[in-house]
Amino acid sequence: MRLALRETIIGFRRAPMLSVLSITTIAFSLFAFGLFSLVAVNIRKTLRDVESRVEIRAFLADGTSVETVSAAMSDIGAFPEVSRVEYVSPDSALARARSELGEFKDVFESAFLPASIDVRMRDGHRDPTAVRAVASRIKSFEFVDDVRYGEDWVDKLYRIRNIATAAGVILGLAFAAVAIIIIGATIRMAVMARAREISIMRLVGATDGFIRRPFLIEGFLKGILGGGLALLLTWIASVVISRNFVQTEFFSRGLASLGILGGALIGLLGSSLSVGRHLRKI
Amino acid sequence: MIRFQHVYKEYPRTGVALQDVSLFVAKGEFVFLTGPSGAGKSSLLKLVYMEELPTKGDMWVSGVRAKGVKRGDVAKLRRKLGVVFQDFRLLEDRTAEANVAFALEVIDTPRAAIPAKVARALAQVGLSAKATSLPSEMSGGEQQRVAIARALVNDPFVLIADEPTGNLDERATRGVFQLLRDINASGTAVMMATHNLDLVRRAGYRTIEINRGQVVFDSADADAKKKLENLA
Repeated sequence: MRLALRETIIGFRRAPMLSVLSITTIAFSLFAFGLFSLVAVNIRKTLRDVESRVEIRAFLADGTSVETVSAAMSDIGAFPEVSRVEYVSPDSALARARSELGEFKDVFESAFLPASIDVRMRDGHRDPTAVRAVASRIKSFEFVDDVRYGEDWVDKLYRIRNIATAAGVILGLAFAAVAIIIIGATIRMAVMARAREISIMRLVGATDGFIRRPFLIEGFLKGILGGGLALLLTWIASVVISRNFVQTEFFSRGLASLGILGGALIGLLGSSLSVGRHLRKI
Repeated sequence: MIRFQHVYKEYPRTGVALQDVSLFVAKGEFVFLTGPSGAGKSSLLKLVYMEELPTKGDMWVSGVRAKGVKRGDVAKLRRKLGVVFQDFRLLEDRTAEANVAFALEVIDTPRAAIPAKVARALAQVGLSAKATSLPSEMSGGEQQRVAIARALVNDPFVLIADEPTGNLDERATRGVFQLLRDINASGTAVMMATHNLDLVRRAGYRTIEINRGQVVFDSADADAKKKLENLA
C-alpha cells in the first residue's frame, strides 16, 4: 500500500498539468451533474410543499350536532393516512373566503357557507389512490353533504412528480456515465504516460492487482478532488441563483457527502475500466 | 529447465514468426541465439518469459507449462528470471539504486531486505559508486549494467538478454559480455540474442541459429553428432 501511494504521488508529480486537467475535467462533468441535481432537489422540494397542501374538505349538512361532528373528527383522525383534522365553522369559512378573495370580499355579505371538516393527509399517503379512498370513506358519513379534494390537480401533481423522478433518474445516469467516460479517458492518459513503468513492472513479476493499485488510488483521489471542486462550484451557482433569481435550497450535508463519495466511486470505476483494458492488451 | 516442443508462433498481422522449434536449455547453460534481423530471436525469447504464448506446440519454463497458463503464474515465473534489452528500459526519473529496488518493491519484498539486496546487485555489476546517479548521468554501458543488476536482484535461474550489447561501443560490449560470463559462472543460465558473431565465435558457448523462424543450427546437436561420429 505504501508503494502504491508513493507511485500515485509520483504519477501526480510527474505530470502535474495532466493531473490538474483531469481533476478539472472531472469537476466540470460532476458540476453539470451537480447543477442538474440542484434543479432536481428544488423541484422535489417545491412538489413536496405543494403535496403537503393536499387536503380533503368534507362539507357538513345544516344542523349537524357538535357531538356528531366531534365523534366523526376523532374517527377520521384515527385513519392511518390522516395527519390532521380540523373543524371549520360557517363563520370561519366565510372569514377564510373573504381573506382569500381579497378585493371581492364584499361579495360575501352574509354567512351562507356550510361548515366543513378539513382533513390533511400524512406524507406518503398523498397519492391520488389514497386520497380518493379516504375521501370516499368520509363521504359515507350521513351528515356529509359533499367532499372536495381537487381530484384533477392531485392527479396532475402526481404525474409531474413521476415525470420529474423518471427524468431525474435518466439524466442522472447519463451524467454519471459521461463522468465515468471522462474519468476513464483521463486515467487512460495517465496509464499511457506510465506505460513504460507498467511494462517494467510486468517484466519483473508484478501482478495485475499490484499494477492496478496506484491507478485505482489515483482515480479515487481525482474523483474526490473533482467531486469537492464540483460541489464548491455548485454551491457558488446556488448562491448566485438565490441572490439574483430565485431562492434555492442547497444539498443537505448527507447528500453533499454522498455526492463526493459518488465522485470517488466514479473515479474508481473509470480508472478500473481503463487500467483493466490496458492490462488486457499487454 | 526450458523446453520447447514443436513450437509455432504466428502473429495475426505479420504472420509466422517461429515454426516447429524444439529445444532444451539446461540449468546453468550459456546459449547464444543468432540469426538475421527478423529471424525470430526476439519472438523466441518472448516465449521464454511468456510475454507471448505459442500458437501451436507446447513449452515449459522452470516447470510452468505454457498451455493453459494463468496471468498470475506468468507473474510468478518472471520473479524467477531476469530480462535485459538493447534499450535498457530503465525509469529515467529514478536513480540506479531506485531502478534496482523497484524490481524488489513491486513483488512485495520486505522493506528491510531491499537496501542490502540492491547494494549487492550493484556491486555485482561494478556500479556501487553510481548508485545515486540517474540514467541520464550514465554511459550506455553503465545503464545496461543497471538493467542487469535489476534483472539479477531476484536471483534468477536464467538471464534472458535480447541484444544487450546492440547499443554499446566495443569496449562497453566487452565489459557487459564479461559480466554475463561471470553471472553464468556463478550458476545462472544465460540466453543471449546477438548479431555480434565475433563475440559468439570467441566465446565458444552453445549457439542456436535461427532463420525465418526455424532453428537451422544448434551447436549442441552438432557437438552430439560429432561425438557420435567419433565414437563410430
